[in-house]
Amino acid sequence: MKRRVVVTGLGVVAPNAIGVTNFETALRGMKSGITFHQELADLKFCCQLGGKPDISDEILNQYFTPLQLRGLNSSGIIYGVIAGTDAWKDAGLTISEDKRPDWDSGIIFGTGILGVDKFREAIHLIDAGNTRRLGSTSVLQTMASGISAYLGGILGCGNQVTTNSSACTTGTEAVLMGYDRIKAGNAKRMLVGSCGDHGPYVWGGFDAMRILPSNYNNQPQQASRPMSESAVGFVPGSGAGALILEDLESAQERDAYIYGEILGGEINSGGQRNGGSMTAANSEAVQRCINRALINSNISSKDVDLINGHLTATSRDAMEVENWTRALNRSNEEFPYINSLKGMTGHCLSASGSIECVASVLQLDKGFIFGNLNTGDIHPEISKLINTEKIPKSTLNKELNILAKASFGFGDVNAVVLFKKFVN
Amino acid sequence: MTDKEILQKLKKIVTPYVQNEEGLNDFDETTDFLNDLKINSANLVDVILDVEDEYKIEIDNDSMNGMLTAGDARKIIQRKLRNE
Repeated sequence: MKRRVVVTGLGVVAPNAIGVTNFETALRGMKSGITFHQELADLKFCCQLGGKPDISDEILNQYFTPLQLRGLNSSGIIYGVIAGTDAWKDAGLTISEDKRPDWDSGIIFGTGILGVDKFREAIHLIDAGNTRRLGSTSVLQTMASGISAYLGGILGCGNQVTTNSSACTTGTEAVLMGYDRIKAGNAKRMLVGSCGDHGPYVWGGFDAMRILPSNYNNQPQQASRPMSESAVGFVPGSGAGALILEDLESAQERDAYIYGEILGGEINSGGQRNGGSMTAANSEAVQRCINRALINSNISSKDVDLINGHLTATSRDAMEVENWTRALNRSNEEFPYINSLKGMTGHCLSASGSIECVASVLQLDKGFIFGNLNTGDIHPEISKLINTEKIPKSTLNKELNILAKASFGFGDVNAVVLFKKFVN
Repeated sequence: MTDKEILQKLKKIVTPYVQNEEGLNDFDETTDFLNDLKINSANLVDVILDVEDEYKIEIDNDSMNGMLTAGDARKIIQRKLRNE
């Protein structure tokens, strides 16, 4: 029997909204979540902007016990637990206090680096000869798999519980890894997603690489400009996105709401050859990834209605669009619609793929294309390739059938997933 | 500081870590942290740190290992406060 994999739950903690309903409103309204951070200015960062979800104590207390909150200083875990728990509940699943784990449910929840602020605390204590004062959760909050471990315990999952890491591809990769596991019959449902810490110790390295914009510190909401001629770098962000993927049969048995279907996808690497490097994508690999994703999904390039690109707001955006035109063999007015969430959220790094997958599924389910923020001046290298009407400047209400979502990451790694509106 | 005062404070310190709330009802010298209160053994180090902060003392590993009940803890605290 050929298994079908559907999306039955969503959760999101993004710089511009927390929770799926607020996120949909933010997407439709093209709300920016980029703000100025005095802390970054004090530390003499060139780019003093960031995308940081605003989590109140009230929200924290809904998701964590007082014991879990003691000494909790890992923003990635906070974002990931909120998004993951929300997705679980959104799928209509309950959190059981049963002694028996749920053997059919697993977790693949990725991150780039976790608990940086907690780790900094530990470093200060250790360097002062105070290792004995670290407390019991220093390891749990800083191990990469801390996020899947926290979620696994809260939800009682008994299938595979793990964390993947592939830089900015992480979230989209997690979706495809979960898809594969269900497709192979090894799990009925998988909570997939990713999270990323905020703050100077995560963002500093990017600032040092001079790939963040330094000339928008007094206009935060205009700073993230994917596909624009005036784009000079990405604005760093943070947060988490989560999806419940489920075997169609299981979803229908329990009468779950179905947001959409995953047709398939592809993960590959450019091997840091032929134009690819630690920080740049090998275009041949990107095109191959897109093509194979179409083949694996058994659809034609003509079927794609909307691309949710990686499109970070660097000079590489034009190259990405060119890769899409070549891989799909579609350009100018034949090109599908394309958008980038990063104009609103900045680049949420390891969290970006999953937050953008949530945005993708919402667009399919609700029938809209969110507008591209800050694209008043489309880069001429891009307008040469595609009709600029394909880059909506404002949100369009439009029924969509197939959406292609791509993420690319340092290390020359790529992931493309194809979502389809669900039809039984 | 009387024995009773220390026990009262100890009860407050361990409360966030307790998984068996009922065990707190008859909290006394004989209350066993792991068996009666079902405190996760990994959290015992956090209890120690909180006790250290409360009394401005330092509890070494040997003393910690002997701290199984509220009574043990009370005695260790008093010994440390006397600087023995």
